Amino acid sequence: MAVNRMFRTCPTTGLKFHQPAEALIRWNAVVGVVFLLVGGILALLVTLTRWQAVHLLPPDMFYMVLTGHGLNMLVFWIIFFEIAVLYFAGSTLLGCRLATPKVAWAGFWLMVIGGLMNNYAVFIRGDSSVMFTSYAPMGAHWSFYLGLILFAVGALIACFVFFGTLAVGKAERTYNGSVPLVTFGAVTAAIIAVFTIASGAIILIPTFGWSIGMVPSIDSLMYRQIWWAFGHSSQQINVSAHVAVWYAVAAIVFGAKPMSEKVSRTAFLLYILFITLASAHHLLADPGLTSKWKILNTSYFLYLAVLASMVHGLTVPGSIEVAQRAKGFNRGLFEWLRKAPWGNPAFSGVFISLIGFGFLGGISGVILGTEQLNLIMHNTLYVPGHFHATVVLGTSLAFMAITYFLIPVLFRRELAFPGVAKWQPYVFGLGMAIFSLFMMGAGTLGVPRRHWDVSFSGNPLGFEFPGTAWLMIGLLAIGGLLAIVGGAMYLLVTVYSVFLGKKIETPGFQHVTAKAGMAAPAPAAAPLTGYGSSGHAASASGTFVLAMVFLVSFVLYYFINWKYLSTVWPLR
Amino acid sequence: MADQNQTNAYDDVYDEPVPIMQQIMDNPWILLFLGVVIPTVLYLIWGVMEIISIPVAP
Repeated sequence: MAVNRMFRTCPTTGLKFHQPAEALIRWNAVVGVVFLLVGGILALLVTLTRWQAVHLLPPDMFYMVLTGHGLNMLVFWIIFFEIAVLYFAGSTLLGCRLATPKVAWAGFWLMVIGGLMNNYAVFIRGDSSVMFTSYAPMGAHWSFYLGLILFAVGALIACFVFFGTLAVGKAERTYNGSVPLVTFGAVTAAIIAVFTIASGAIILIPTFGWSIGMVPSIDSLMYRQIWWAFGHSSQQINVSAHVAVWYAVAAIVFGAKPMSEKVSRTAFLLYILFITLASAHHLLADPGLTSKWKILNTSYFLYLAVLASMVHGLTVPGSIEVAQRAKGFNRGLFEWLRKAPWGNPAFSGVFISLIGFGFLGGISGVILGTEQLNLIMHNTLYVPGHFHATVVLGTSLAFMAITYFLIPVLFRRELAFPGVAKWQPYVFGLGMAIFSLFMMGAGTLGVPRRHWDVSFSGNPLGFEFPGTAWLMIGLLAIGGLLAIVGGAMYLLVTVYSVFLGKKIETPGFQHVTAKAGMAAPAPAAAPLTGYGSSGHAASASGTFVLAMVFLVSFVLYYFINWKYLSTVWPLR
Repeated sequence: MADQNQTNAYDDVYDEPVPIMQQIMDNPWILLFLGVVIPTVLYLIWGVMEIISIPVAP
């Protein structure tokens, strides 16, 4: 069978794109953005209903829209974009051909059909408003589960195409020894994806059987336990992928090398070994599971994954600082940061993503993962506040940031509306930070998640929340609207650029056949595709100060919550 | 674009033995095995065993 060995070398970066890989990266990214558009419109409706003063939608519509919002954002947008990242980190960064492009296309179309089928069940049929978690015995139409299964199979195929690409690169000697760090981050994401998707299959296949009458019942406790290995671990794929994007943007914008390859790779290894166990924090209030299982999975192994995130949170800005200081930005602790290219949305997006993920998403994740503290905010608005800080402020913003790099490099188009692009990460980041922060604040006061009417008005067991809770809900809605404006800015820039933007013409450009898929490393791409540490950890003093600020915030917030817990259940 | 013969820049780097930890980290199949087995045992199997050991209500 003829193997396509046509490559294009990007004249700007020197990166080499295998023709089929390039098409797959483009299509996965574009389809992901379409699902982001759908999820974003639904986000507006959810926000305007959650805002008690507006309370836009009736209950049945609210649950339908919330279901669609969760799935389109947490599954379809993110995983399509992650597959694009995998193919980029596999084929492009290793300079090798993509393994089995036809199989990769089959996986892509399965994902498309699965995503559409799931949306059909939710919106066209309208009988599958079971939300993202779809807890049994709440039942959805069979097409809801089949859509998810088809999507998961497609994503699993893509993961193994990625692993196959690593094998092709090794066999054809486009790399030798260790893969680049960004690719290693993608390996981490792909491994977590395999466990995640397998777990999803274990529970969604029998649930699909239940929906068509082949399986008599689904045990609700068992469903929750296995489903969360899919539901929460799918968000850990995001974490690994967006950390890989952080390292990529540091290399692209600054030519930064990691402070220590060993330390960064060990942190990724901790993700591979332990981060999926964090799923247990959703079950900390469940009966039937022992404290041994809960505490070992969350309060021990989860902390090793938290340690890994803190390592990345230190080494990414640290590597930027070392690169900036090498360019002469040496005055004081923070000249390197002040003189960073804040007008470049690829950098500003990643830096805001890093700060938001660490301070808001990371710290709140530890609080939720501590069995005792979890009791204060279990199943409250604190939980979506936490995951909007990790998945939206962390992952989505990082993916948005690297899009600004990919549009000229991958799509060969000039970035449209550069002024809008410059401000987009700030608007989106600020909005989502406000949204997450006040959502967590309301959750700390006990406001429940998911419920259409959190005031429980007219119910026999109503509850009077303090006025602060309603203030926070109003503020989170304003933050949410700001974030939606930021999301619309991103869609305007990317969609216009990709379809209507000015083409970048390169005289004499042509695709080139590379014997055995091989190509010489180009200097411009070297920081992204190379191996090696900067080895100047001592010169990252500003980063260490920032890390201390983070540590003090972390410790203070942790013990404030213990103090708060003591007031919830006073010991007499 | 260069061909395979011109790109053996890495070949002279491997005079020293590669540490065992690096060998593990450079092997995606071992990592895949570890990344699937550990949560399967600690989270899935252990958790399922606890749930199915709950006595059924009379």
